[in-house]
Amino acid sequence: MSNIEAAFAKKKAFVTYLMAGDPNIEQSAEYILALQEGGADLIEIGIPFSDPVAEGEVIQKASERALLNGTTLEHIFTMLESLKGKVHVPLVLMTYLNPVFVYGYERFFARSQTCGISGIIIPDLPFEEQNEVKQIAINYGIDTITLIAPTSQERIAKIAKEAEGFVYLVSSMGVTGVRSEITTNIKQLVQEIKKGKDIPVAVGFGIATAEQAEEYAKMADGVIVGSAIVKQIAENLPDTSAKLIEYAQKMKAAISK
Amino acid sequence: MNMKSEQKVGRFGDFGGQYIPETLMSAVQELTKAYSFYKEDESFNRELTALLNDYAGRPSLLYYAEKMTKDLGGAKVFLKREDLNHTGSHKINNVLGQVLLAKKMGKTRVIAETGAGQHGVATATAAALMGMDCEIFMGKEDTDRQALNVYRMRLLGAKVHVVTSGTMTLKDAVNETMREWTRRVDDTHYVLGSVMGPHPFPTIVRDFQSIISRETKQQIVEKEGKLPDAVVACVGGGSNAMGAFYHFIQDKQVRLIGCEAAGKGIDTERHAATIAKGSLGVFHGMKSLFCQDEFGQIAPVYSISAGLDYPGIGPEHAHLYETGRAEYVPVTDDEAVNAFEYLSKMEGIIPAIESSHAVAYAMKLAKQMRKDQSIVVCLSGRGDKDVAAIARYKGEEIYE
Repeated sequence: MSNIEAAFAKKKAFVTYLMAGDPNIEQSAEYILALQEGGADLIEIGIPFSDPVAEGEVIQKASERALLNGTTLEHIFTMLESLKGKVHVPLVLMTYLNPVFVYGYERFFARSQTCGISGIIIPDLPFEEQNEVKQIAINYGIDTITLIAPTSQERIAKIAKEAEGFVYLVSSMGVTGVRSEITTNIKQLVQEIKKGKDIPVAVGFGIATAEQAEEYAKMADGVIVGSAIVKQIAENLPDTSAKLIEYAQKMKAAISK
Repeated sequence: MNMKSEQKVGRFGDFGGQYIPETLMSAVQELTKAYSFYKEDESFNRELTALLNDYAGRPSLLYYAEKMTKDLGGAKVFLKREDLNHTGSHKINNVLGQVLLAKKMGKTRVIAETGAGQHGVATATAAALMGMDCEIFMGKEDTDRQALNVYRMRLLGAKVHVVTSGTMTLKDAVNETMREWTRRVDDTHYVLGSVMGPHPFPTIVRDFQSIISRETKQQIVEKEGKLPDAVVACVGGGSNAMGAFYHFIQDKQVRLIGCEAAGKGIDTERHAATIAKGSLGVFHGMKSLFCQDEFGQIAPVYSISAGLDYPGIGPEHAHLYETGRAEYVPVTDDEAVNAFEYLSKMEGIIPAIESSHAVAYAMKLAKQMRKDQSIVVCLSGRGDKDVAAIARYKGEEIYE
């Protein structure tokens, strides 16, 4: 069982996301620890990109802020190295393909491994193009996590079959960001994924409140929250860490109900 | 690259591919399937030909620019007059094809990005004609530069979204259109305006634009009794160039020359010269060459021409460059503006500032060639839209 699969074992997982470098790299380190303390079972670290086409406004702005203050992949890796020994939940990098490609696949995954990274999510690398990185990632013990969307339809079985770590189920059409209502039949999609492979499924995109988290946790193995966390960080208040701990506790409790 | 990658679907050498969010995969696969059916479908092709001829005014003229030729004193210069098409540029060729295809696929709504506004106007036009809803995404920089085109699109019934994210130019308009497509794919087709993006777009757009070289080849042989020695076209994403090159690719004696926007010069940071200054990357659905930094962040680019102000180039161009079949040269703002004025005064033809980049290089090239040789310049669009901006560039405060 991989690190990531272990995070889903015998419980519903609370998966969190933050943008590295927003508002700065030091505070990102602090917030990773805060999310862990609050009960996050897995933490996705966003790598800022100039043109995040799958993101809604909240994460776009976070990405812009991170790049404006000069955050680079090197800074992120150095920060992650400094967290070794302090973080015991699996860390997953979430990045567009180009920063990985330009850094060099071999070099990127080697460095990720030394930073203790367990997985990678690349929103612009669909199943059909995964050969770009998959074998190299495997060589460094890193799971390539695939997304499945409401439009994946007949592709679900083949994507699920090859999936590693967990399946990131996109709750609804569109980009990341908070939604008041999700109309997709999540339950049915989860069943179809499980037919392809017995692998944890976490639902993301648009989940912000404890009520939503509780509802989706009943249909899947975990719930992913991104924009709602990034939004709290964006307020950049002196007690953000405490707020994140509190928020994570509340969400974790709702998911575990 | 090796044979295996040569044979991959949707690849030009190692360039191309489908690097897009999962949410869009079903849409591009549906499009691939529909296109491979309709491109062989007789009635589809009949309908498209009728639209191109009776509505857009094809075939476009191949005009011998005699005065210009004599003035330059070298090779004969021919202008492929895409500026004479309905809506004033080559963009209509692709748009009529794609909107007709979308309609056959049962879509009721089209969305598109636009830089200079030419593609947006063409899309709004085709949508009006074929009774489709239409929404256009345009960067704020460009809505300011091309205010008249914004109004034109609205007049045609399209909704224009002003994009204020990122650098507020063409690449951000593409980002926003892709985001909109992920929101709504069922009834919506994304009419991509250039030979870029994920497969099958580079192939579809190239096929619809290849009518430029198909006509050119026949026209030049009728006039000169032989093929041209060079074909020159401007390149942003590269659709008019791909269309102008395509049927000449097999004719190795014909030089194919793409003119990139060098802005203030390729030694400055203010340019959009992807081949001259870019490097291999993956962006907007394709593996190709891009202007980017050492960490793979896409660079802000610049050109006087909104239509060439794009940090990447279509994958087939990257392949033509890598294999040495086509050459790519940088042309500065100053050179383009000079050509804009030159062609206006010399031939009474006001070229688009995009096309002026090609005219500028042809002016240099013609002088180096013999009188029995010929150059075809793809005059991709007309310059009416640029008149006020060029006046301002020259220091006259004229507003539309």
